[in-house]
Amino acid sequence: MAEKKSLGKEFSKGIIKENPVLRLVLGTCPTLATSVSVTNSIGMGIAATMVLICSNIVISALRKVIPSKIRIPAYIVVIASFVTIVQMLVKAFIPALNDALGVYLPLIVVNCIILGRAEAFAGKNSVPASFLDGLGMGIGFTFALVVMATIREVFGAGTFLDGIDSLTKLFGATSFTGFTIFSEPVGLLVMAPGGFLVFGLVMALANKVAEGKGKPKAELKGCAACPMAHSCSLIDTQDSCDNTAKEEAKE
Amino acid sequence: MIDGKLLHVSASPHFRSKATTKSIMLDVIIALLPSLIASVVIFGLRALLVTIISVATCVLSEYVFRKLLKRSNTITDLSAVVTGLLLAFNMPSGIPLWMVAIGGVFAIVIVKQCFGGIGQNFVNPAIAGRIFMLLSFGKMMEWSEPMAGIMNITGVEAISGATPLAVMSSGEGLLPSLMDMFLGIRGGCLGETCIAAIILGGIYLVARKVIKPVIPLSYIGTVAVIMIIVKFTKGSDWSFVAYQLMSGGLFLGAVFMATDYTTSPITFTGKIIFGVGCGLLTCLIRLFGSLPEGVSYSIILMNVLCPLIERYTTPKPFGTPKKEKKEGEAKA
Repeated sequence: MAEKKSLGKEFSKGIIKENPVLRLVLGTCPTLATSVSVTNSIGMGIAATMVLICSNIVISALRKVIPSKIRIPAYIVVIASFVTIVQMLVKAFIPALNDALGVYLPLIVVNCIILGRAEAFAGKNSVPASFLDGLGMGIGFTFALVVMATIREVFGAGTFLDGIDSLTKLFGATSFTGFTIFSEPVGLLVMAPGGFLVFGLVMALANKVAEGKGKPKAELKGCAACPMAHSCSLIDTQDSCDNTAKEEAKE
Repeated sequence: MIDGKLLHVSASPHFRSKATTKSIMLDVIIALLPSLIASVVIFGLRALLVTIISVATCVLSEYVFRKLLKRSNTITDLSAVVTGLLLAFNMPSGIPLWMVAIGGVFAIVIVKQCFGGIGQNFVNPAIAGRIFMLLSFGKMMEWSEPMAGIMNITGVEAISGATPLAVMSSGEGLLPSLMDMFLGIRGGCLGETCIAAIILGGIYLVARKVIKPVIPLSYIGTVAVIMIIVKFTKGSDWSFVAYQLMSGGLFLGAVFMATDYTTSPITFTGKIIFGVGCGLLTCLIRLFGSLPEGVSYSIILMNVLCPLIERYTTPKPFGTPKKEKKEGEAKA
């Protein structure tokens, strides 16, 4: 029972609470670049989610075989294999998406989210947990991209789901090609500064949703609160900053 | 105890200026009034309408945003009114009113309030609002015909092509006379055309000691020097320099925007660096850039550099020995 509950949490944490883009601030480069249109961001999100799930499963299964000293190159080899597969599939079946995403599709290899989950989660946890973690993080990534892209496309380009037929064509539907909403949109939003602007605003909103429910913030005291704690040689010794500060206060 | 009176002991400062944020902003508003009147005369009542919408959205968005975030109400310090006025002065009179409102909300909510409100904004809100609109809407570059009648309230039918700067950079079209340039009878943004009114406002601000004339003079001076050099290398006549100085938003930017307290340096040296930098960038954009005008971009770039300028021009506290400080630094 306890195991099941924690597995559910592994899945759900990626959507808002530990959303990779909005809360962990990983994978910002593809986020800013591909969130200009909803179609692109759905494609990017699905591609990255596929790679994330597959690499999480393989890395988790191999976690006891991979020597820890060369784990990063090993992870990259696994991730790169899956990215190559996904890229070939996209090129074969959705060439329009391949053109739209351009270099950002092969760049999933160095996407911080995927390497980050491999390093932080899949390398330490069981296969089912890693699968759910990858699925949740992938959905969180896609969700963040689609939210940003909706704002940017609707207000910045005046359209919604423009060019979606390149995706729905796979299922035989080509009649729907998106809405046109505004004829005079706020052009800045689809440019780079608009991307940062929307990113900041959505991030603020996600922080509000994740933290704003009156939850007390984790109270850290002494060296545990210090961002340098993991690499500090003076930690919890007589000379640590914490003790020095106390002595100064006494004087 | 002298004469049985208690001596009053207090920490410095012992002399306080009576100026408050409100009084300073009120002075700026008074200084902007001549330009407002001139713009109404030149571009008709539409100019007044644009200004009212801009000021109203700025004040309203400041009030609503601070209310939503449960912060103190700051609309009474009038800074939002100044932002609204300056933003309106940076738009052409024919602009659709909903675009004006979007510009006002962007300037106040994103640029000013998201960074902490008055005194915390990293760039001038009015200029950021202008650049936001310039990048977003093509209508920002459609100038209304001057002197189309005071009752011109729609602003739509009177659209002319080029400003003097565009004429100069493309070499096509007719330039207005220098006197018309000085009085503002030309295409352009609301507040930037009438140089006479801006100078009047600037003199009022300097006389009231709201601004020091360092930044405007060094800014306009730098542009003048560079344009004189260009005149001699190109072999054009003196009117080239005069047109360069009086066209675009140079005077409006130099007097009202570059002198914003929050985003300009405090010290004399800092102000000189700031003004010269603005002038240099403006000339570079006008002469070599793809855009005809560069005042707003140069001011916003120097706004961002302001903390760096402040760091290198921090005055030494009175009485601090020079050598010892250096030794202290070496030891540390």
